[in-house]
This record gives sequence, C-alpha cells and structure tokens, in this order.
Amino acid sequence: MMRATDVLIVGAGIVGAACAFELARAGLRVAVVEERFTSAGATGASMGHLVVMDDSEAQFSLTRYSQVLWEEIHEELPPYVEFERCGTIWVAADEEELAEVRRKCAYYHDRGVHAEILDPQALHQAEPQLRMPLAGGLLVEDDSVIYPPAAATFLLQRAIELGALLHVGKPVVSLSKGSARLADGTTFSAGRLINAAGQFAPRLTPGVQVKPRKGHLVITDRYPGTVHHQLVELGYLKSAHSLTSDSVAFNVQPRKTGQLLIGSSRQYDVAHDEVEPDIVSRMLERSFEYLPALSAFSGIRVWTGFRPATPDKLPLIGPWLEDPTLYIATGHEGLGITTSLATGKLICAQLLGQTPAIPAEPYLPSRQMANAARVETNV
Amino acid sequence: MSETLTVRVNGTPVIVPAGSAVAVAVLLSSGTSRTSVSGQPRAPLCGMGTCFECRVEINGQPHRRSCQVLCEENMEINAHG
Repeated sequence: MMRATDVLIVGAGIVGAACAFELARAGLRVAVVEERFTSAGATGASMGHLVVMDDSEAQFSLTRYSQVLWEEIHEELPPYVEFERCGTIWVAADEEELAEVRRKCAYYHDRGVHAEILDPQALHQAEPQLRMPLAGGLLVEDDSVIYPPAAATFLLQRAIELGALLHVGKPVVSLSKGSARLADGTTFSAGRLINAAGQFAPRLTPGVQVKPRKGHLVITDRYPGTVHHQLVELGYLKSAHSLTSDSVAFNVQPRKTGQLLIGSSRQYDVAHDEVEPDIVSRMLERSFEYLPALSAFSGIRVWTGFRPATPDKLPLIGPWLEDPTLYIATGHEGLGITTSLATGKLICAQLLGQTPAIPAEPYLPSRQMANAARVETNV
Repeated sequence: MSETLTVRVNGTPVIVPAGSAVAVAVLLSSGTSRTSVSGQPRAPLCGMGTCFECRVEINGQPHRRSCQVLCEENMEINAHG
C-alpha cells in the first residue's frame, strides 16, 4: 500500500512529537510512525526537568529558547502533564563548587536568566532536609518539571487535532529519498522525512553518530513537602561530562504527587537494560549524602533508560547532506525533554526555508562530518 | 477470653485480639488504608505484603504495610494517607 504525506516523522518520543506539533501548526500534512508505542524510548524513562544549561553557548541558547517556549504553552498543558515551576537549586558542597555557583550566576545574569546565590543559611531555609553544612547553592527559579510521556502525548494530540496521523507498532525498515518503507509492507512517500528515532536513528541513517548512554532512576512513595525544588549537585557537571567512565550524581526531583524521583547515573557501552544493583546503590548513597532523610523512605520502582548521546554533547537537528529529503532530530542526550520544543521550531523553520529564532548552525548534523574530516587531517 | 490490645485508628480507639496485624485494626475501623493518587480509596487486599495497598502511617512512620506489622498497645495508626 502506498500513502502520501508532506512530512513523515519516524519516532513518537517527545522530539518526534514536538516536530509533529510544529509542522502541523504550520499547516503541513504530517504522519508519525513509531516502532513500539509513544514515549517508548528515552522520553518514557526520563525525569522531565526543564532546565537551562550552560555547558556551551550553543547548549545555553537551545535550552533557554526551549524554556521560553515551554513558558509560552504551559497554560495550555492539561493537568496530567504535571507542569510545575519548582525551580532548580544547584547545590555546592565546597568552596570549589561555590566558585562555580558564582560563575554560573554571572553567566545567567549576563544572558537575562534570573538566578540567585543562596548562602548556607538561605539554602537551609529553602531546603531544610539538605544536610548541613553545605557551601551554598544557586537558585534558578524559572526551571520547571513535567511528566515527559504525558507531555509527548499532549503534543501528539495537538498535532492529530490539526490533521496529523499517528501510526504506532509499525517498524520502519528504510527511510530515504522521500520514501519510508514499513515492515508491514506499507510505503509512505513524503516530501520530507525526519529521523527522530532517538538512539535508534543510526539504524535508518547510517553515519548518524549517537550512542546510547544508560541511566537509572528510582521513584519513592509519596512524601509530600520533603523537598521543594529540583536539587542537583554541582558535581553533576563533572560526572555528566565524563565521556568514559560510569558516573553517578545527586539529582532529586519533587513530583506533584509527593513522590521523589532520585537520579542520576550515566554509563556508556552498556547495551542491556537491566537494573544494576551496584549502580543503584552508588546513586542512592550519593543521594543520602545530601538528603539523609531519604534513607528511611521506601522506593517503589527502579528503571533504566538510554539517552541518545553525541560525541560533542549537542543534538543533531537539521538536513542530512547525503539525502535532500531527509532531516535528523536526535542526539539530545539528557536534555531532550527540555529542548524538544526548540527542536520542533528549528526543524520547521528549516523545512519551510525560514530564519529560525536562534542560529541553527551549532546543531546541524553536517558538523559531525566536518569534525570527522578534521580528526582525519590531524592524524 | 483471649488477651486484647487497644490501638487508635485515625484517633478512634479500636480493641483487637493480641497478635493481630495492624490491617485487622484498619478493617475493623476505617475499612480503608489509604487513598490513591487519583483519590480512590484503597484497602488491604493480599494480606501477605505483596500488593502494598494496605499502607498506613504507624506511630508517625508513613507507608508501613499494615498486614506485616503487629498491633502494639496504644499504637497510633493514621489511615488517611
């Protein structure tokens, strides 16, 4: 069977959903094809922290733009998306991390993001369950949390209301030259194809450089009022940026239900999705160091997921040079929930030949080829 | 006549035979142990510590499985969670 559409998106995670949402709003006929079910990959396994990050200027631009976009639509989000502007507190354990707090605060102020340095007393007042003493913290008030699979569902529903078609349980076996072939024999012809298959993107587009980066999360029973902000240790930056070894960091999120999500871990080169008790132990011990009360709480569920990670820690958003019909939208690592909306905007602007609100160059997939060429030259 | 104990469920005294699980006191009084996230009442179901539906607060400790804890004299049980 042959079907025709303007745009065919592979992947119904939050990035595919955000692309469908933007493109349908722009008046295009959109079809989304998903191998398993909506949010079956990283979206369904993730925390849902909408956070501005400053690892690089490009990362800042994308996260900040996305945060503004989430602010713009947050009043339309139904209650089941559980949007809550709880803010982030970056917790500094020592003087070295406090210096990082000051740098980060100045960086945010220079770029119009509200941030406030908390001294140890102010930190204790804001979060009395944090252990004493700590060196201080940085409060970023505009950060929020959402429930990621519900947010993806909302974006897909909006797209469907505008005429988009969603096909779930449909593996795609090939995606190129304006055509997508499904395992069930259906073929879609489309003016544009978008590979938003997360960590599986290279299967359909060989050459896309994303690697799965495994993470664990624990969720507790309901203990309302234990913490009030998403709490992240500044040491997180050190561990999150390690490209080689397994790492854990203190990262706790209050949910609207009163439950607490406890993270986080990062592992490369682990293909199996089983929960690893030693990693969970390390992660929990780290969280108890910061929030001793957690050690008496009951955890009700532990799970794993895989972030689609790129070598330079920026996502791949834009045209694939070898195929003029094909666009890539993956590689968002641990920031895909935050940056999904900006990704949808960038892809939409690129498809329609419009100028995007932020420069698209840092995220273009073609940079990977340029980087690879540079490495070869250096050798 | 066997020995009895008095515990309080949501502030109301309940007399149970010694050796009773807290779930017994809950079923003899409020009948429900907790409320789901969506607001539905829950009650002890499996009685063997597996279903977690019988969770109550016992002497200030939240989310204890009432079928796995024995009543003690003057125990304070909160089944409003």
